[in-house]
Amino acid sequence: MKTSLEQFDKAFENRIRLQIMSVLLANEHYDFISLKDLLDVTDGNLASHIKALEKEEYIIVNKTFIGKKPNTQYSVSEKGRKAFIKHLEALENLIKQQKH
Amino acid sequence: MEEKDIHSELASIRSLMERSSKFLSLSGFSGVMAGIYALIGAFIGYRIVNEKYGSLAISDSYTDNSMIYHQLIMIAVLILLLSVTSGLLLSIRQAKKKGENYWNPVSRRLISSMLIPLFTGGLFIIILFLRLEYDLIASACLIFYGLSLISASQYTFSDVKWLGFCQIILGLLAALIPASGPLFWVIGFGLLHIIYGTVMHFKYNR
Repeated sequence: MKTSLEQFDKAFENRIRLQIMSVLLANEHYDFISLKDLLDVTDGNLASHIKALEKEEYIIVNKTFIGKKPNTQYSVSEKGRKAFIKHLEALENLIKQQKH
Repeated sequence: MEEKDIHSELASIRSLMERSSKFLSLSGFSGVMAGIYALIGAFIGYRIVNEKYGSLAISDSYTDNSMIYHQLIMIAVLILLLSVTSGLLLSIRQAKKKGENYWNPVSRRLISSMLIPLFTGGLFIIILFLRLEYDLIASACLIFYGLSLISASQYTFSDVKWLGFCQIILGLLAALIPASGPLFWVIGFGLLHIIYGTVMHFKYNR
């Protein structure tokens, strides 16, 4: 089937973006440093993917300070949640179709 | 996209969701250690009481001697400190072995969810102690510890919840049956910890 490929979200083509979304779906919020640790990526790499997701309005950025240290928390937006679930469904459909 | 790729993609999503929201490096072996400390402590406590009265008898018979209670409390505090230290050190080691950072949002949530019931319980026990209500101390230890385990279980293996329920039931029984506190304390903190730790060790820490 070719149609299900169209359901794939371009924003999730990159694995790291999909991973960021997975973490944010499972948690109320997550901070930059912990996310970097968990995904084992560089600062720049993570920042660029976050920017991309932010541009799609899939994630919400909340910048605060703990003392003088910046503490940036990310959470998933309603739009992002829907897009992620749709992407997962598309993946599952693809598996089902290939089984036939 | 190949089917194999999709499967690995879905598996990675699932694992990441779990790893990011649950602390899975909790050491089962430290549960066994805590149980052994409790048994040793209980044995020493038994010896102290036995030496003084010749038998464990009914706890009412030594409530008049607060010296003995001070010694028993000291032992209990020591067991608590040893157990917490072992639990922390072994879990940190487990996390390091897996190449994970042990100080992450989940471990912080795990600890803070445990601390609220534990701190409340600690204060309550101090109040019982000050009011000379020694009879209910063992029961309160078990109940508040059980509550803290249930509260923590959402951030780690869900099996922890069952240990929590068992501790609460033992705590209630200890409150219901007069002078049974020490016995249920030994079952809860000693025996249950050893059983739980052994199961967890073989189930998760290979």
